[in-house]
Amino acid sequence: MSSLITRVRLKQIEQLMDKGKRLDGRGLGDYREIKIEQGVIEKAEGSARVLLGKTEVLVGVKVETGEPFPDMPNNGVLTVNAELVPLASPSFEPGPPDENSIELARIVDRGIRESEAINTEKLCIEPGKKVFVVFVDIYVLNHDGNLIDASALAAVAALLNMKMPNYEVEDGEVKIKQGYTPLPMKAHPITVTLGKINNKLIVDPWLEEEQAMDSRLSMAINDEGNICAIQKGGAGYFTPQQILEASKIAQKKVAELRKKMDW
Amino acid sequence: MSEKPEKLISKKGLRLDGRKPDELRPIKIEVGILSNADGSAYIEQGKNKILAAAFGPKEMHPKHLSLPDRMVLRCRYHMAPFSVQERKSPAPSRREIELSKVIRESIEPSLFVEYYPRTGVDIFIEVLQADGGTRGASITAASLALADAGIPMRDLVVACAAGKVDDTVVLDLMDTEDKVGVADVPVAVMPNLNAVTLLQMDGILTPEEFEKALNLAMEGCKKIYDLQKEALKTRYMTVKQEEEVEE
Amino acid sequence: MPIFFEKKQLVTPGELLAEGDYLAGENAYAEDNKIYASRIGLADYDHKKVNVVALRAIYFPKVGDMVIGTILEVGFNGWTVDIKAPYTALLRASDVLSRPFKPQNDELSQVLNGGDLIVAKIASYDRAHDPQLTVGEPGLGKITRGQIIKVTPTKVPRVIGRKGSMISIIKQETGCQIILGLNGVILVTGKNPEDEELAMMAIQKIEEESHTSGLTDRVTQFLKKEKAKREENKNE
Repeated sequence: MSSLITRVRLKQIEQLMDKGKRLDGRGLGDYREIKIEQGVIEKAEGSARVLLGKTEVLVGVKVETGEPFPDMPNNGVLTVNAELVPLASPSFEPGPPDENSIELARIVDRGIRESEAINTEKLCIEPGKKVFVVFVDIYVLNHDGNLIDASALAAVAALLNMKMPNYEVEDGEVKIKQGYTPLPMKAHPITVTLGKINNKLIVDPWLEEEQAMDSRLSMAINDEGNICAIQKGGAGYFTPQQILEASKIAQKKVAELRKKMDW
Repeated sequence: MSEKPEKLISKKGLRLDGRKPDELRPIKIEVGILSNADGSAYIEQGKNKILAAAFGPKEMHPKHLSLPDRMVLRCRYHMAPFSVQERKSPAPSRREIELSKVIRESIEPSLFVEYYPRTGVDIFIEVLQADGGTRGASITAASLALADAGIPMRDLVVACAAGKVDDTVVLDLMDTEDKVGVADVPVAVMPNLNAVTLLQMDGILTPEEFEKALNLAMEGCKKIYDLQKEALKTRYMTVKQEEEVEE
Repeated sequence: MPIFFEKKQLVTPGELLAEGDYLAGENAYAEDNKIYASRIGLADYDHKKVNVVALRAIYFPKVGDMVIGTILEVGFNGWTVDIKAPYTALLRASDVLSRPFKPQNDELSQVLNGGDLIVAKIASYDRAHDPQLTVGEPGLGKITRGQIIKVTPTKVPRVIGRKGSMISIIKQETGCQIILGLNGVILVTGKNPEDEELAMMAIQKIEEESHTSGLTDRVTQFLKKEKAKREENKNE
C-alpha cells in the first residue's frame, strides 16, 4: 500500500506466495505467534498486552462515572480510542489522532459494540443520571503489521481483565467504596484481517506484506460464528468471490484462535 | 425526541416508507452544477441531499505532500450542521474523518493515478441533509464529479447499502432502519470490472445473511449505475434538446 | 471480433467498447482483451484503434504546443505562468530579454507582471519537471489587447472546423482576430468589446454543442441573428 517496498522485494514476496509460502516461512493462512498478558498496568481498571509476532499493542481500560447519553438513559458508555505512538514506527508522527488511528479505534469499537461483548446496562448506576464510562485506550507500541487484529485482541483481553469499582448510592450521591468486582463479558469477538497481494489472500499481514498489498479486509466474528463488523481498507479492491472466500477463511481462523485462547 | 418504532417491516412485508425489501429510494442526480469546481455532481436519495465537487489535477500545496510518480487523492466528507435532527457541530467528527478515508479508498482504485505525477486532486463532499446511507450516495456523486472534471478513470464507482431489519435482508436503509435495524452493509463497486472498492458492516449477520446482503447491495449498485451514466450523458445532451424545442 | 458501439456514440467512463484484437487509443484503456472508455466522449474507431473524443479533458503539456497563459508570479530569474494545466509553467527571464540577464539591474516586473497574458510555446517538458515556455519566436509574447475564453482542450479542433471553416466564419462575422492555444485558452481581439463578446459567445456555443452535427450552419445562423438583434437595439 505504500511505495516504500522495492520492486525486487515485491517480486520475492509474490514468487513465494505462488508456492503458498511467505517470507517468514508461514503459510498463506497462518498467524504469527500470539502472546497475551493481562493485568500489566496496575493503575488501570483493566489492561492487556498483546504481541502478534513483533507487533506490540497495550490496551488500558479506565473506568469513570459520568452521565448517560440522552437517548440511552439505562446504559453505560463505552468509548474506544487508539494512539499510534511515534516510537512505534518511523511513519508515526506526534500529534492529534489522524485518520489511521481513528479508523483503527472505530473498527475495534464496532467489533466489541456490535457483538455486545459488554452488557452496557450493567454499567448503569442511576438510570438517566449516572453511569459508568469505560474508556478503552489502545496504545500501539511497535508496528510490525496487522495493528487491527492485535489491537482487537488486546482490547477484549483488557476488558476480560477489567474490574468495576464497588459503589453505593447514599442520599442520591454515588459513593465509590473499596474493592472491585469483575464485569462478566457476554461475548468475545475476534477480528481476522486478510491482505491481498497479486490477487491472493494472506492472513495476518506483517509490515512488509502491508507495504506490498493493495488492500485489506478485516472481519470481526462473535462466539456463535456470526459476523459483527467488516472493514475493507486500502486503495485496491476485492471481487465478490474474494470477499466470500475471505469470510470462510476468517471463520476458520477465529475457530482456531478461540480454541487456542479458550475464549 | 424520537420514538423507536416497534416493527420496521409490516405484515404485508412493506417498510416504514412503503418500500419493498429490495426497493431503492427515489434517486435524482445532476452533474456539473457548480461553476467554480472542475467537476461537480448533486444527488438526492430519499431524503439525502449531497453535493460533491472535484478540483484538479493541480500542483499540491504544500508540495511535500505530492508524490513523484503519481497523483495524490484527498477527500473530505463533511456534514452541514443542519443536516441532521440534532444540530451537529461543524468541527470534523471522528466518524467524518473515518468516512473521508474510506470514501477516498473507494474511489482511488478507479483513477489512473500514474497519468499525472506530482499533482493532487481534491474531492469535497458536503452532506446538506442526511437520512441514512450518506456514504454510498457521496461516493456515487464524487465519482461523477471526477468524471465531470475530465479525470480519466477505469469505471465510475457506485455505492449503496443493504442490511437486515427485523428478520429481513433489505436494500438501501434509511436512517431509522440503520439505527434500529440489525445490520448495515455499505458497498461500493466498479460494476464493469466487478471490483468492490468499499465494504463495511456493522451489526450481526450469519455468513449466509452477509452473502445475501452483499448480493442485494451489488444489485442495487447496478441500478444506480444506470442512473449515474444517464446523469453524466444528460449533462452533454440537454443542449441538443434545447435546440429542438426552439425550432 | 465485436465492437460494441456505433461511430460517434456518447460513451461514459468504464463503458465496454470492444473485445478482441483491438488497440486502446485516446481516452480508452485495455484490460483482459477488452477495451473500455476512460472519459466521457464520442467513441470512434480507425481500423484496429478505438478512440474516444473526450467531451471533458485536461490539457497535458506537449513540447511544441502553442499555449496562452497568465503570469502568476514574478520570481528571481523568471515568471511562473498558469497555462490551465495540472502543472504551472516557467518562463525564464533569459528567454524574454534579448540580452544577458542581470538580477541587480533588471526589474522583471516591468517586463511582465502578475496578471499579464502571454502567447508562448512549450519548449521542454517531462514527468519530473514543470513545463518550460519560450516566447522567442515571432507571434509569441505579451498580449496587450483582447479577451480570453477557456474551452476543453479537445474541442479546439472543433473551433477551427474542417479546413478552418468554423473559425473563418467567426472571424468574418465578428471582424475579430482569434488565436487558439492548444491548452484550450483562446484569445479574441476585436475592434470593440461588443465584437469580442459576440465571438466569445460563438465559441461558447461550439464548446457546448461540439458533439452535434450541423454545428457550422447553426453557428453561422446564431451570429447573423445576434448581429441583427444588435442592429435593432442600436436603431431604437
